[in-house]
Amino acid sequence: MAEILTPEEIIKQGEPVFVKTKLMTDNTLSYCPGCGHGVAHRITMEVLEEMGIGDQTIGVAPVGCSVLAYEFMNIDMQQAAHGRAPAVATGIKRLFPEKYVFTYQGDGDLAAIGTAETIHACNRGENIVIIFVNNGIYGMTGGQMAPTTLEGMVSSTSPHGRDVEMMGSPIKMTEMVATLPGVCFATRQAVHKPGLVRKAKKAIRKAFENQKDKKGTSIVEIVSNCNSGWKMTPVDSNIWLEENMLPVFPLGDIKG
Amino acid sequence: MEEVRLMKGNEAIAEAAIRAGVDGYFGYPITPQSEIIEYLMLEQPHLRTGMQVLQAESEVAAINMVYGAAGCGKKAMTSSSSPGISLKLEGISYIAASELPCLIVNVQRGGPGLGTIQPSQADYFQAVKGGGHGDYRLLVLAPASVQEMADFVDLSFELAFKYRTPVMILSDGVIGQMMEKVVLPPQKERLSNEELIKKYGSWATTGKPASRERNIITSLELKSERQEAHNHKLQAKYKEISENEVRFEKLNCDDAEYLIVAYGSSARISQKAMQIGREKGIKVGVLRPITLWPFPSDEINKLADQVKGILTVEMSAGQMVEDVRLAVNGKIKVEYFGRYGGMIPSPNEVIEALEQKLIGG
Repeated sequence: MAEILTPEEIIKQGEPVFVKTKLMTDNTLSYCPGCGHGVAHRITMEVLEEMGIGDQTIGVAPVGCSVLAYEFMNIDMQQAAHGRAPAVATGIKRLFPEKYVFTYQGDGDLAAIGTAETIHACNRGENIVIIFVNNGIYGMTGGQMAPTTLEGMVSSTSPHGRDVEMMGSPIKMTEMVATLPGVCFATRQAVHKPGLVRKAKKAIRKAFENQKDKKGTSIVEIVSNCNSGWKMTPVDSNIWLEENMLPVFPLGDIKG
Repeated sequence: MEEVRLMKGNEAIAEAAIRAGVDGYFGYPITPQSEIIEYLMLEQPHLRTGMQVLQAESEVAAINMVYGAAGCGKKAMTSSSSPGISLKLEGISYIAASELPCLIVNVQRGGPGLGTIQPSQADYFQAVKGGGHGDYRLLVLAPASVQEMADFVDLSFELAFKYRTPVMILSDGVIGQMMEKVVLPPQKERLSNEELIKKYGSWATTGKPASRERNIITSLELKSERQEAHNHKLQAKYKEISENEVRFEKLNCDDAEYLIVAYGSSARISQKAMQIGREKGIKVGVLRPITLWPFPSDEINKLADQVKGILTVEMSAGQMVEDVRLAVNGKIKVEYFGRYGGMIPSPNEVIEALEQKLIGG
């Protein structure tokens, strides 16, 4: 595979192996050790730095675990009410079309309370990037059922497992919005393995390039773990993600 | 250039918004204020000034679009009518908490619930006491004419940016729908992005240059001590507004023995009632609050030393009367008269109520 670099390509004499992007602050991440949010934050900020657009970008943080994203992303940001990030981003982008605008949202925010805002921002083809971290649970409020919780999956509000007869099936928002003409790029990625991190970063780069080219809405879903909410070790949660989340939420480009 | 036109109140707000140099309007249709977005869509203000107009998918989305735009230091507004304002309250609370300047127009209709599309003033409590969650205030202006519908747009933005706080124009279906002569103000230039960054770059999200720390628009504060400190800051601002921004109009109050307190279309009706009363020999004056918050409590308290009784006239079941009673603090009798649910009081009903409740009683 072309994107897998050799150790010689990665480690060059006299050069550091890893440098933290200046677009991440030095604040300690509030996420649980093992959570995918930190990586998703970092690669988003790396993309902005590599494109040289950090000073022209306005981010919108959601409600949920990443409500404090503005503490970690070293750019101008707004924190939106629960689910309203795509509407807030619309207001910013419509009046500041020359800026880059993105939302960073979890599954409860984007696929439950913010369903209308998500669908209609996508349907208008708002020229924004939506980063959608899907871990199948409400992490911040303590592990309640999310719209993307899997069938049979235990959460604090589905303690006997999600019964789809009663509670509905996990919703596939990225597939749904991919049907809308306003969406130019819809993809599902993951960040629990180095190769997947590189792919996810490429997808985020493509999303921001789309915004540069005024192509419409790009949505990058990142299937992530929630080791605390799933009540597993980080390693176990990543294995569980592979075995259970990915069959329902398969990785790859859905549109564009 | 100033221009004289015959317009509906709703149309006057829309045209005044273009002329005030507003950057963006975000709305959702609801009777009796849909003419605002209809006028803007027909007028295509992006061709005149660059102003953007967007029909949102809901009132909820519209107010959050205003939040995003206002967070960038842009002049942003929305409008709706009573049930739609209820939907916006979450966003209004966030806007107040985040100290964002913007304009919200409420052309009130009768409630509660879906109610009626006819005029009402039953959202007084919602507008002046908060409405949404948490300790916040809206600066509330109450127009009583189509002219004031136009004039209060620019005034609202001046106040909103002066105090970094949301301002509401609390109108009603009468003022929104009726046509009157209106003198439209000359066109104000919209701020360029360079001017905007110069004026509001200390707080607005405009893209973080290397020369400053990042700007964050948020209402979240997980540490209670800091949340309390933020609330102190808001309360200090509200105190400053209370001390400096009270507006009212007095009619025939100098020799008045009885006082009517009424705002908006009820004030127009009360003005006619006052004429009828004066013809009957009743020395009655009208105090019209122009700002409902801050409320002209001091002026009403002063007048309570002069008059024998006060009647509030409202198209509600009696809301503003509570603030008048607080202002009077038991000195004299304060009574209420109103029609509601979309019904409009007549001048004769008003003067009869005054006679029965204050003079006869």
